[in-house]
Amino acid sequence: MAVKGNLRDFSVTQLLNLINLARKTGTLTVEGPNEAAWVSFQAGKLIYAQLGNEDGTLVGILVRTGRITAKQAQVIKSHAGDKSDKELGLLLINAGYLTQQDILAGIRQYIIDIVYRLFTWVDGFFRFDNDVLPPDDRIVMRLDLENIIIEGARRMREWEQLQEELPNLDMALDFIERPGANIRDVNLNVEEWKVVSYINPKNSIRQIMKANKMNELEIRRIVYALIQAGLVEVVRPPGMPLPPQARQVPAVDKRQQSSLVNRLIDRIRSL
Amino acid sequence: MQTVKMVVTGPFAAGKTSFIRSVSEIDVVSTERKISTEAERIKETTTVAMDFGRITVDDDLVLYLFGTPGQKRFDFMWEILSEGMLGFIVTVDSTRPETFREAKGILQTFRAYAPTPYVVAANKQDMEAAWTVEDLRIALKLDPAVKMLPCVASDRESVKKVLLELLYSILEDMEKK
Repeated sequence: MAVKGNLRDFSVTQLLNLINLARKTGTLTVEGPNEAAWVSFQAGKLIYAQLGNEDGTLVGILVRTGRITAKQAQVIKSHAGDKSDKELGLLLINAGYLTQQDILAGIRQYIIDIVYRLFTWVDGFFRFDNDVLPPDDRIVMRLDLENIIIEGARRMREWEQLQEELPNLDMALDFIERPGANIRDVNLNVEEWKVVSYINPKNSIRQIMKANKMNELEIRRIVYALIQAGLVEVVRPPGMPLPPQARQVPAVDKRQQSSLVNRLIDRIRSL
Repeated sequence: MQTVKMVVTGPFAAGKTSFIRSVSEIDVVSTERKISTEAERIKETTTVAMDFGRITVDDDLVLYLFGTPGQKRFDFMWEILSEGMLGFIVTVDSTRPETFREAKGILQTFRAYAPTPYVVAANKQDMEAAWTVEDLRIALKLDPAVKMLPCVASDRESVKKVLLELLYSILEDMEKK
């Protein structure tokens, strides 16, 4: 019978531990908040992963991990015909476009990134199907799970902390005006500049994330750093409705409101 | 009879219950329970639903003070308590820097519930280990326009000053509109 349940009750860390200790062979399917992931194992080693509708073929992985450009991928695909990933990999190596190391490092990075992303999923159905493995033509790895679990747990803690700091990605950002401070004088990396270029009270953090093709962890990390550095602040985007509970002073006219507050002031003074 | 309310919030063990007790004319209706988790056992009891104090202004007006539960697992109460509040006070234990980040988070949460005026009370300023108000302002990344006031929650005069400053802010806010 397949191991199945919900991540609420049995976390990704616990699942990977189980697979590692029991040296399981098969594929773990996890249905996350917006997409599903498939992660395959052989005798407790991580061998393959695929996320949602992402192109999990060798060419797709090489583009995603920056080994080749999208244009090069198009050319390769048009010449590849119906070659399997293994055949295509050999072709790229023999033609001198990439080394074996490049290809293996790209696949490794892709697989591990998917698994790390799973650590941020705290709710979702999972199922482990014994002996179900990826298609034969895929290039698989044999990666030890121990280090991945340790790093994943660390990222999970970071994720929890970032979620606490930035609970709502539908809020917007604005620059903090400080005398003498100039964003141009701050050393930012390329990713941070990409985010900064979209900062505007009209753009929600989620919109900035999508415009930069980032995931929630990446955008939260950058925004958190910018907030910590005192460069930006979280603001409510225009038109964002207030929670229905948000009501202010009883709706009476201004003079009555002032009179009410002045009575309170007099009373507190006299205590 | 008109009633208005203010909310006293802040992290666990920041002094919210003491704050309300210092000025309430009735015995504070408290929902304290013995603490069940070791991690939070820095005091014997904690508020699990709300504290409730009252100040009668005159025959027609009563001010209620509501204290929020400090432990995070009771934060579902916050939104309910914030409904219709005149303003709110965030109490911070000046001697426990490990709670500052949580205080900042609570402040932002309440700001999101209702854009009413608020002040921050830097509690336990009578203790040697207390951070200064200036240092606390930096640690909490408070806007210079937000009032941060030294406070000793068990001292009525100190609590009165905090309440008055909040009322002055509410008045200023009304005049701006």
